[in-house]
Amino acid sequence: MSHKMTRGKKPLLPQELHPMDQWLRSERMPHIWCAGCGIGPTLYAWVRALDTVGMDKDKVVYVSGIGCCGRGSGYLDVDGFHTTHGRAIPFATGIKLVKPDLCVNVISGDGDIFSIGGNHFIHACRRNVDLLVICTNNFIYGMTGGQLAATTPIGDYSTTTPYGNIEPPFNTPYLADASGAVYVARWTSIHVRLLEKSIAEALRMKGFRYIEVLSPCPVNYGRRNRLREVDDIAKWFWQSSVIRHGADTREVQIEKGKPIILGNFVKREKLSYYGELKKLEEKVKRAAEAKK
Amino acid sequence: MGKTVLTGKHFWYGNIAIAEGAIAAGCRFFAGYPITPASEIAEHISKRFPEIGGIFVQFEDELASMAAILGASWAGAKSMTATSGPGLSLMMENLGLGVMMEVPTVVVNIQRGGPSTGLPTLTAQGDVMQAKWGSHGPYEIIALSPDSPQEAFDLTIRCFNLAEKYRVPVILLASETVGHSAGKVIVPPEDEIELIDRKKPTVPPEEYLPYKPDEDLIPPMAYAGEGYAICTTGLTHDEKGYPDVSAETQEKLVRRLNDKIRKHMEEIVDVEEENMEDAKIAVVSYGQVSRPVKRAVKMAREEGIKVGSIKLITIWPFAENVIRKWAKQVELFIVPELNYGQIYLEVKREVAGNSETVLVPRMGGELITPQEIYREIKKVSKK
Repeated sequence: MSHKMTRGKKPLLPQELHPMDQWLRSERMPHIWCAGCGIGPTLYAWVRALDTVGMDKDKVVYVSGIGCCGRGSGYLDVDGFHTTHGRAIPFATGIKLVKPDLCVNVISGDGDIFSIGGNHFIHACRRNVDLLVICTNNFIYGMTGGQLAATTPIGDYSTTTPYGNIEPPFNTPYLADASGAVYVARWTSIHVRLLEKSIAEALRMKGFRYIEVLSPCPVNYGRRNRLREVDDIAKWFWQSSVIRHGADTREVQIEKGKPIILGNFVKREKLSYYGELKKLEEKVKRAAEAKK
Repeated sequence: MGKTVLTGKHFWYGNIAIAEGAIAAGCRFFAGYPITPASEIAEHISKRFPEIGGIFVQFEDELASMAAILGASWAGAKSMTATSGPGLSLMMENLGLGVMMEVPTVVVNIQRGGPSTGLPTLTAQGDVMQAKWGSHGPYEIIALSPDSPQEAFDLTIRCFNLAEKYRVPVILLASETVGHSAGKVIVPPEDEIELIDRKKPTVPPEEYLPYKPDEDLIPPMAYAGEGYAICTTGLTHDEKGYPDVSAETQEKLVRRLNDKIRKHMEEIVDVEEENMEDAKIAVVSYGQVSRPVKRAVKMAREEGIKVGSIKLITIWPFAENVIRKWAKQVELFIVPELNYGQIYLEVKREVAGNSETVLVPRMGGELITPQEIYREIKKVSKK
């Protein structure tokens, strides 16, 4: 076992090792997340995918914003940056452009990425910045106690829509697709194996990759929307989901009472932003040499 | 590779001098959003960076720009953004994050008239208090104010050095008249430019505590990707960088964030004093206003008025010891500034009733002339 696996921790006996231990800051457990939350399984799928692709732990950067999901960057034993609300993507962009050899990941919630950070999301897609962005979408503001999100389905209840939501939610895979992301997928936190495979596929690519992970929030979403039991939302996901790889992202909007379309929707090749920058540098260099 | 330090004599606009100062200081990451009257800095850097291997990104807004320069700094680059008042207002969110995470970076504010959209193309000094208090919470920050293209070049380098040394975002508080006036700028040879780099950890990763300060109250900084498993957050945190939302940790952390600046005031604070030896009247100014002050003091001296000048190069932390010292000798302080009294309040606070303090305000839009300041000196000298 290398020092990296035990960094800052007491060495574990072999029988105490769990496959995830080397990725966790065990001394920070227990975490703050509620029973039934989908963030844990999402992170589990992510680190398994990192293992699958053989990623060097020292090269992994985890940037998060604010909210329940924001706390994740402090639980994993990698470079973790818990930034401001909505700004994880530009912060991560700064890291990635300076150190292009790092595997820079943004894992944050729907409020963070699509409300307050929506502008950064579409522009990072458009630029094709070399980032993996995983959004755990729980349809609600969990941390602050259950307010309306830009992803809350129409008619649903939240603490700020006591008579039901009248705003249509974002169809986030469509937004990513239309804005230029090179990889777009949607899974749920109960489809852990398929999610893991999808993340591994995305990790092997360059450019802006986006995976939406539908994630139960029994406490602040389910409770007010007739999904009160810990596993009610998981059951809804399980019973309603249909896997349709390559689906037209215009048709994957989430609506209550309709199938939830999951799958790997978009995979396209395009030079990443950093690649374009290097190309530009070459062009400038050649022009300067020609002048001489 | 193009030349990084353009050693020699130049005739540059202040904004160009700032861009070249940043390059000479080793800045290789710039993120920004267009805004009058600061855009020339981004424009110049967008041309220069591809020649020298720097990364220039025009972001979607100032929120993103400020976040990106923090990320870039964590990856090991010297980074900068440049904006004006409305942009600085947006940057305040992540300026606070930079203070809390202790990120070296430089923010240039080419001040224009405010509030709000105000006077986009005209000068002002209205953002002095914003530079100090603009982000929420109790914190200390460093801000320098240049009066000319040459000083803009020199102080930009100093901003980087201070940011690196104290692990704090440093603000270059310039103004439209400095950014848009041209003047001689002498760029010294590269080996004569003194540069400071942030402290790096000297211990192996398993012993590294990202927020354990050395005796100087500043913790060494590891970069992303070096195997140190940095943990950092805008939340109140302990020495490991772990969130610890308690009054006790808040007291310890925030006190240190303030003290690492306050306890190094002597090193940080820089002023220029002229004709102060026998002065009974002192004109306290900063930035562009210190230029007409120079002339006004000369005119008054020619008439035998015992007046001197204190030019603040460091705006924040405020040169309180300097003012306190002179308050024992000087009977009256005149503070001309392009706002309705900001540094005036600081001077008044330090003078603490020992002398009189007079404000010569101008809301912005144009400079105060030497004659106006001279008339003020003359008026108060008859008291």
